Amino acid sequence: MPSRTQRIIDWFDLRLGIRTAVLPILTHPVPRGLGWYYVFGSATLTMFMMQIVTGICLAVVYVPAASDAYTSLEYLNNEQPLGWLLRAVHYWSATGMVVLISLHATRVFLMGAFKYPRELTWILGVFLLLLTLGLAFTGQVLRWDQDAYWGVGVGAAMVGRVPFIGPALVHVLLGGPNIGGETLSRFFGLHVFVLPGLTILLLVPHLYLVVRQGISSRPAPGKPVDPKTYEAEYEKEIAAGEPFYPYDFAKDAIFSAICVLVIFALAISFGPKGPSEPPDPTLIEAEPRPDWYFLPLFALLALSPPEMETAIILTLPVVAVAILLLLPFFAGKGERHPRRRPVAVLVVLLLFLTLGVLGWLGNVAPWSPEMFAWSGTPIPVHIVERLTPEQLQGAAVFQNKTCRNCHSLDGQGGKRGPDLTLVATRLSHSELIRQVIQGGGNMPAYGKQLSPAEVEALVSFLGTLRREGEPLPRSPAADETKN
Amino acid sequence: MSEHESRSPKASGAAAESPPNRRSALGWLSVALGALATTAAGVPVVGYLLSPILRTPGDRWVDLGPVEEYPEKQTRLVDFVDPLHRPWDGQSERLAAYVRHDEGEKFQVFMVNCTHLGCPVSWFPQSGLFLCPCHGGVYYQDGQRASGPPPRGLYSYDSRVVDGRLQIRAGRLPTLQQPG
Repeated sequence: MPSRTQRIIDWFDLRLGIRTAVLPILTHPVPRGLGWYYVFGSATLTMFMMQIVTGICLAVVYVPAASDAYTSLEYLNNEQPLGWLLRAVHYWSATGMVVLISLHATRVFLMGAFKYPRELTWILGVFLLLLTLGLAFTGQVLRWDQDAYWGVGVGAAMVGRVPFIGPALVHVLLGGPNIGGETLSRFFGLHVFVLPGLTILLLVPHLYLVVRQGISSRPAPGKPVDPKTYEAEYEKEIAAGEPFYPYDFAKDAIFSAICVLVIFALAISFGPKGPSEPPDPTLIEAEPRPDWYFLPLFALLALSPPEMETAIILTLPVVAVAILLLLPFFAGKGERHPRRRPVAVLVVLLLFLTLGVLGWLGNVAPWSPEMFAWSGTPIPVHIVERLTPEQLQGAAVFQNKTCRNCHSLDGQGGKRGPDLTLVATRLSHSELIRQVIQGGGNMPAYGKQLSPAEVEALVSFLGTLRREGEPLPRSPAADETKN
Repeated sequence: MSEHESRSPKASGAAAESPPNRRSALGWLSVALGALATTAAGVPVVGYLLSPILRTPGDRWVDLGPVEEYPEKQTRLVDFVDPLHRPWDGQSERLAAYVRHDEGEKFQVFMVNCTHLGCPVSWFPQSGLFLCPCHGGVYYQDGQRASGPPPRGLYSYDSRVVDGRLQIRAGRLPTLQQPG
């Protein structure tokens, strides 16, 4: 006679069919020797679940109206019990989700797991990656502060460059003619309903395909994928395999648990992000910066040549997504092991190197002028102390005319233009005059901004910026004036 | 039942089904009605979401105060309430502009948005330049592009002087293809 609990379980199972439906999935055979490489996907899913839980919690307090969003964020940070922690966990698990989905995609790419017969799993994964980035961008806007306000403005400026329909797209994006209440509500709708809904909608077939096609075995050099023989070989590997539960399931669970703990540690140590200044567009001193995920893009937009910029903004994302989507069709067969796919390895290295360098540059932002250097960063004393009155006048011009916002002295000041500590060893007197008056490179022409006396004083000051005893540079023009 | 039908169960099954033309009519009806219902439900949804395109309120004139508040040959930062704002816009209902009073009734009123990617530019009267903090775009005092990545000069508002008061036409976020 079965026990009472057993009978209850049986009663439910007869109706739900859990044992016949779920157990085979849990215990479906996987190839042996997967190691710890296969844990990133499930950890991404864990992060997504944390996003949902903390997101729902935030949504019951956060006010998605432009008039009150900022106040409700401050309330969440300072007054709502544990509000700061849930905001922090939401932010850091978003970070975790972007990191882990990138690792997951990289692992799948490097191990050739996107090849036959898993092309559709990869394609769904590409859309999941895009949705994750979409969630990151829209979430950043819900943090309705100065960065959010101008961040939407930057998004609108980019969308506005689309030929013909650009302005219409901008108005759809903003929910009206300008950034305001309807913009926030639109992004709230996207972030809370549309994008998570689409993510779940695509996650279901993604996971279904993982089970249906089976987990790919560890790649081995010299064992290429051939659609004609693949199924038979995989059957053999599965026959010698082991059930997913408990050992490989345990690896996923352990890694996910570690990720959750790391997220909590980060959340407690660093707290929630923002909000920064209020979303008041008349606070003109704003220096908007995107969240870290978009720093490489921020850098790319600063560094691309202006005449190519629209093309880069509009075509680069399309090309990148197209390559990702088409990848399994032009590389769906053949070797899987990275040792036999040097181009694939090189592409990954270059990609991460590029993103890393661009991200670092985006963080330092040397192209951004230091808006307060002209008044806040004085000329070093050792430069000023040896100057004549005219040169001192020039130093004052240098400071007052905001040259310092773009030019450093002794490493202090803006990095937009070259450091001028030793400029007089590079440019002669006449070259300095020409550069000041006509500008050039990335420098505006100061011809109309300065009186002749100011130019003379400024250039005599700049002429002192060299090491003692170094010869002056000579230019053909200077020689001519002597003759 | 005829003798033929009673002997052959297969044939009797086929006879019990509807005639083929009625089946295909039902099929077509379900497709047609389904399409109609989907359109009926879908068109308002799409129209609702795309309404910001269909309903494009034009810019409206905004008063920026008496002309005397703007000294000649100077550039001043002013703020005003977006004439197209929603009641729940909060602080984002406010907008800022740079007013440059050339002389007499000649004004230039610039939008604060950099023409590169829309960040707010700062005015430096000392050097007579607008600087953008994002990617280092620079503009001269008359709004012309001076250097950096901006593809054009600053966007400007239409302005007029009515009864000694400065007015500008404002409301829409400027973008490259729809500057004013």
